[in-house]
Amino acid sequence: MNDVNGNGTATTTRLGEVIEGSTTEFRTHCYDLYAAPPLGSLVRCGDGDSAYGIVCDVATQSMDPSRHAIPRGRDSEDEEDVYLSNPQLTRLLYTQFQAVIVGYEDGPGIQRYLPPFPPRIHSFVYDCSTEEVRTFSESLDFLPILLSPSINAQDDVIASFLRIAGACHVDSNVFLVNAGKTLATLMAGQLPRLNNVLRRISP
Amino acid sequence: MNFFPDPTEDQQDKRNAMGGKGWHPEDVTGDAVRKPLGMVVAGSLTEGMEVRLDGATSIEKIKVGTFVNIQGRDLQFFGVLTDVSLNSTDPSLRLTPPDVSNPFIFDVISGTTAYGTITVEPMLTLSNDPIEAMDGALPSKTIPPHFSKVATASENDIQKIFGSEDDSHFYIGTPLDMDTKLCLNIEEFVKRSNGVFGKSGTGKTFLTRLLLIGILQNGTASNLVFDMHGEYGWKGTSEGSREVKGLKQLFSSKVAVFSLDDESSRRRGLTPDYVVRIGYDEIEPEDIQVLRESLSLSDVAADASYSLKRKFGKGWLRKFLAYPGGEEFGELARELNVNDRALSTLKNRLERLQRFDFIDESGGHNSVNQILQYLNRGMHVVLEFGRYGNHLEAYMLVANLVTRRIYDRYTRLKEEAMGDPSQEPRPLVITIEEAHKFLSPSLADQTIFGNIARELRKYNVTLLVVDQRPSGIDDEVMSQLGTKIACLLDNDKDTDAVLTGVSGSRKLRSVLSRLESKQQALVFGHAVPMPVVIRTRDYGTAESYKELGFKDEAELAIQVEQDIEDLFGPGS
Repeated sequence: MNDVNGNGTATTTRLGEVIEGSTTEFRTHCYDLYAAPPLGSLVRCGDGDSAYGIVCDVATQSMDPSRHAIPRGRDSEDEEDVYLSNPQLTRLLYTQFQAVIVGYEDGPGIQRYLPPFPPRIHSFVYDCSTEEVRTFSESLDFLPILLSPSINAQDDVIASFLRIAGACHVDSNVFLVNAGKTLATLMAGQLPRLNNVLRRISP
Repeated sequence: MNFFPDPTEDQQDKRNAMGGKGWHPEDVTGDAVRKPLGMVVAGSLTEGMEVRLDGATSIEKIKVGTFVNIQGRDLQFFGVLTDVSLNSTDPSLRLTPPDVSNPFIFDVISGTTAYGTITVEPMLTLSNDPIEAMDGALPSKTIPPHFSKVATASENDIQKIFGSEDDSHFYIGTPLDMDTKLCLNIEEFVKRSNGVFGKSGTGKTFLTRLLLIGILQNGTASNLVFDMHGEYGWKGTSEGSREVKGLKQLFSSKVAVFSLDDESSRRRGLTPDYVVRIGYDEIEPEDIQVLRESLSLSDVAADASYSLKRKFGKGWLRKFLAYPGGEEFGELARELNVNDRALSTLKNRLERLQRFDFIDESGGHNSVNQILQYLNRGMHVVLEFGRYGNHLEAYMLVANLVTRRIYDRYTRLKEEAMGDPSQEPRPLVITIEEAHKFLSPSLADQTIFGNIARELRKYNVTLLVVDQRPSGIDDEVMSQLGTKIACLLDNDKDTDAVLTGVSGSRKLRSVLSRLESKQQALVFGHAVPMPVVIRTRDYGTAESYKELGFKDEAELAIQVEQDIEDLFGPGS
């Protein structure tokens, strides 16, 4: 039984550390190259009073901004071969992801709005288990945050999140229809946009 | 995709309630179940309340005319559903509809971006405070606040508003899509003149028969039915030629059948209690006035009958019809100061009356007194016309003549009762068919029926008007009708005429014109607290007769034995 991020259900994987944070979003530097969670995944940062974020942007780039990656695989059999013959690449490149904060743990409960303080730098970032995703998505009060214009490609982020969350619910169709109805209310007057999102989350 | 064990029921419920699905458990506050419809989102007292339907409510199951409850904070409102419409939060929906070929998108959009609304006309209010609620329902003078919950009325609501079946409440039918008995307050009903309207074949006769039974069972008033087509007395027919029992068969000891045509009655297996004969001397010029249209008489010709009465006195008609033609006739015209041709037209047309066997020369048959005697004894009289039912002149002549006498008698009795209240005449309900012929604007102020509709309530006589062309009835008479029961009417003029003077009539129009063509009627007026659409109660099955109190022979025999035992003791 795999969870949405490819990890076991009982435990969660530590993905990286926060390297930049505000009350609305945080950036995580992954420990491993290409080890970012998929777009729209729910992640948790910090131990104790954790903040929850939804991955809205993933990027892999060179450590040194002045040195861009160049093609290296002309004589290689396949892509994997490129990395095997250039082991330094995993050290010269890194993967980061941006997560928009959608809630936080407040004692025993979960609040689905912005936390009072941003996550601390170097907070550990974990991917969420299926159980956590299901619990968090039992209420969709945070959806308006995802519609904020500061997020790039909001519609894709929303659609990806709902697809992931839907798979965590026993009756994913009921969940998706209810989520769709909430979106329909939030996106009143933007029918073509709503239609696009719905098409993406349609089972 | 069952990756995980079922969440707890609690979570399941939360999820159902989430996301604007609008699901909420059925409201059981009214003891019996109310089916939720939606909530009030806009409206006014004049335009009715706009109610947004829950996503879970299928718009196709909503019917105009449904009896609706709106739960306000301090008051409960009761109203009628008068309109159903489709709306959307996004005007572009019409131009670029969403991709509804995808069932998921269809599910999401329905009830959110695209939703249904209904219009509810609030009619009555009932306080939520149990002490204030004892005053009963009052006409609605305000409206429920925003977001009030709207549901179809429960069985309990119907009983609270319309009363339960008892001596004064007669079960007339059921509200739309419900099995609750909806009752008419018969005591209030007989206090005023009433009307049953509807196109031909919509069930007017069935409804009227039920109303007559209601009045009969209640016992506060007597019925006099001018039964044009022999539908009420012994037996009637339903569509599909099934025979149904008439009043006499069901309540033989309380109903007397008078007949103008005993041959026809006997052919149908009935021995009339009395065969009515009318003497020429009993016909008055007022009776001729009523026949003006059906005999195609000009005003001058019809008015000449008054001059004839003055000249010849009692027996004027007989003498006039026997009057010789030629020169003498011209002299008569000059003497009466009437146009020669008008008078001869009058004579020609009145000669038609000679074809009616029930009118004879001898006169003084006292038929009217017989009817009155039966009525005074608390009997109900059905006057059958037999083959004369197809002659409108005969029907109008007899109905008018009999009613005129009754009018005289009742005004006298009522005046006597002013001195001695114990002499109060028993209330009488006169049923007439083809009422627009008697009550047309040109005749209503001249015929006795116009008088009764307008004022005879004071003299304990009221009308039950049965008609298929209400627009032909004088406005003043229509406005005086206490309770109106309207089956399907699709002519605009008729619909307008029936709804004149009713609050919210514009909205009731849509209800009225969409009634089913059978067994459905809109009831409104004095005898019901608010307009309501009913499915008329069944009539014609053995079970329905039993419900109405009919006992077959075996049951009667048991009853007799029981009575004997009660009277004389066991073993006698």
